[in-house]
Amino acid sequence: MRELSTELITKTIKEMCIEANHVLSEDMKQTFSAAVREEQAPLGRQILQQLIENMDIAQTEQIPICQDTGMAVIFLEIGQDVHITGGSLRDAVNEGVRQGYQEGYLRKSVVADPIIRENTKDNTPAVIHYEITEGDQVSITVAPKGFGSENMSRVFMLKPADGIEGVKQAILTAVQDAGPNACPPMVVGVGIGGTFEKCAILAKKALVRKAGEHSEIPYVKELEEEMLEKINETGIGPAGLGGGITAFAVNINTYPTHIAGLPVAVNICCHVNRHVTRVL
Amino acid sequence: MERHISVPFGEETACSLKAGDYVYLTGTLYTARDAAHKRMQEALDKKEPLPLDLKGNVIYYMGPSPARKGKVIGSAGPTTASRMDKYTPALLDLGLRGMIGKGKRSKEVLDAAVRNKSIYFAAVGGAGALLSKCIRSAQVIAYEDLGTEAIRKLEVVDFPVIVAADTNGNNLYETAVSDYLNNRQK
Ligand code: SF4
Repeated sequence: MRELSTELITKTIKEMCIEANHVLSEDMKQTFSAAVREEQAPLGRQILQQLIENMDIAQTEQIPICQDTGMAVIFLEIGQDVHITGGSLRDAVNEGVRQGYQEGYLRKSVVADPIIRENTKDNTPAVIHYEITEGDQVSITVAPKGFGSENMSRVFMLKPADGIEGVKQAILTAVQDAGPNACPPMVVGVGIGGTFEKCAILAKKALVRKAGEHSEIPYVKELEEEMLEKINETGIGPAGLGGGITAFAVNINTYPTHIAGLPVAVNICCHVNRHVTRVL
Repeated sequence: MERHISVPFGEETACSLKAGDYVYLTGTLYTARDAAHKRMQEALDKKEPLPLDLKGNVIYYMGPSPARKGKVIGSAGPTTASRMDKYTPALLDLGLRGMIGKGKRSKEVLDAAVRNKSIYFAAVGGAGALLSKCIRSAQVIAYEDLGTEAIRKLEVVDFPVIVAADTNGNNLYETAVSDYLNNRQK
């Protein structure tokens, strides 16, 4: 059995929190450049150019891309042949977040209790999703999530009779309601199927997909393309001030569901779609 | 139209701004977001003085990331303005001249802005690194215990914003999308 120390996990997560908040992945950068070329609205184009400039400044001067450096969402895929040594895995992850947010000059945006609302001052705890997989490796994805867009996300418990048209309507409704609040251009993560909580996690995971990649299921891929077109026809545009680039991508994940239901979750992310993955 | 104005500013300047104008602000801004607004409301309820004079001033809905050594501030972009809607009309009635944030406002806020000749500016969300370059100094003036949500006094130079709602009740968030769609069809 392969051993992996919690110390290494802490160090890795610390680095990933800092990296994710300062540098967008190459695929996102290319998406931005393509968007500037495509955008017809002059103000929209100007805003997109500001956002590109913003990314350059963030990277070269080590200033977070956005001041909302998010709540740290962490996906752990843990190979069943790995033995974690050196203490609690959960504590190691949170320690990584704590160190990353402190040493990386990231904003502490987490309150300890949703009603009492006292800031924990180190951005912990993270939201951690554990999955046991095959093999002897651990895959870590750190995806800091800003709440301007998180607040505009929705779960719809549709009826089977609503079908694919109902799904399309749900996605459009969420995007229309989000409008400027979600800092468009958005990335729209959609989960269809499963249960109430499963579809939400599917939608969240859809956000960390590489730009330009599509579902392997033919009808889902078509749905992704159709919905991106429909969303861009709304005219919401960059910053919600009019234009043709309202979303960069619609990423949809599906899962088997119950005969009586059709759960749909729409997790909206802003253009600062931060995610870093490393495999240990 | 592109404009350069200094803050604080008076009624006349406010009335000369039109929804859609691209404006560079130079002068003083005060930051306040959810928790600071809540405290200001509590102060007003208890008839206590506010920690800043609102007259002619502009509040920026923003909570920065921490400053690195040698820098005045970290990333510093706008947050969603509608979360402040509940508190805003009272502040406008006390003389607040402008607000900077992102997203749509409630009818109550827009009406209060027209009534008091105040402006709602939009800054580009998610451009916090870029916007931080326009901030020359930052100083916490109240509610320090709120951390990022404390009230800060900022000195800014050519801080870029767009007039989202003007004193005549024009609202760019309502018109920009339909204007784009109409022009595109031509
Ligand atoms: S929605 Fe995204 S870009 Fe907008 S303020 Fe929040 S984290 Fe930043």
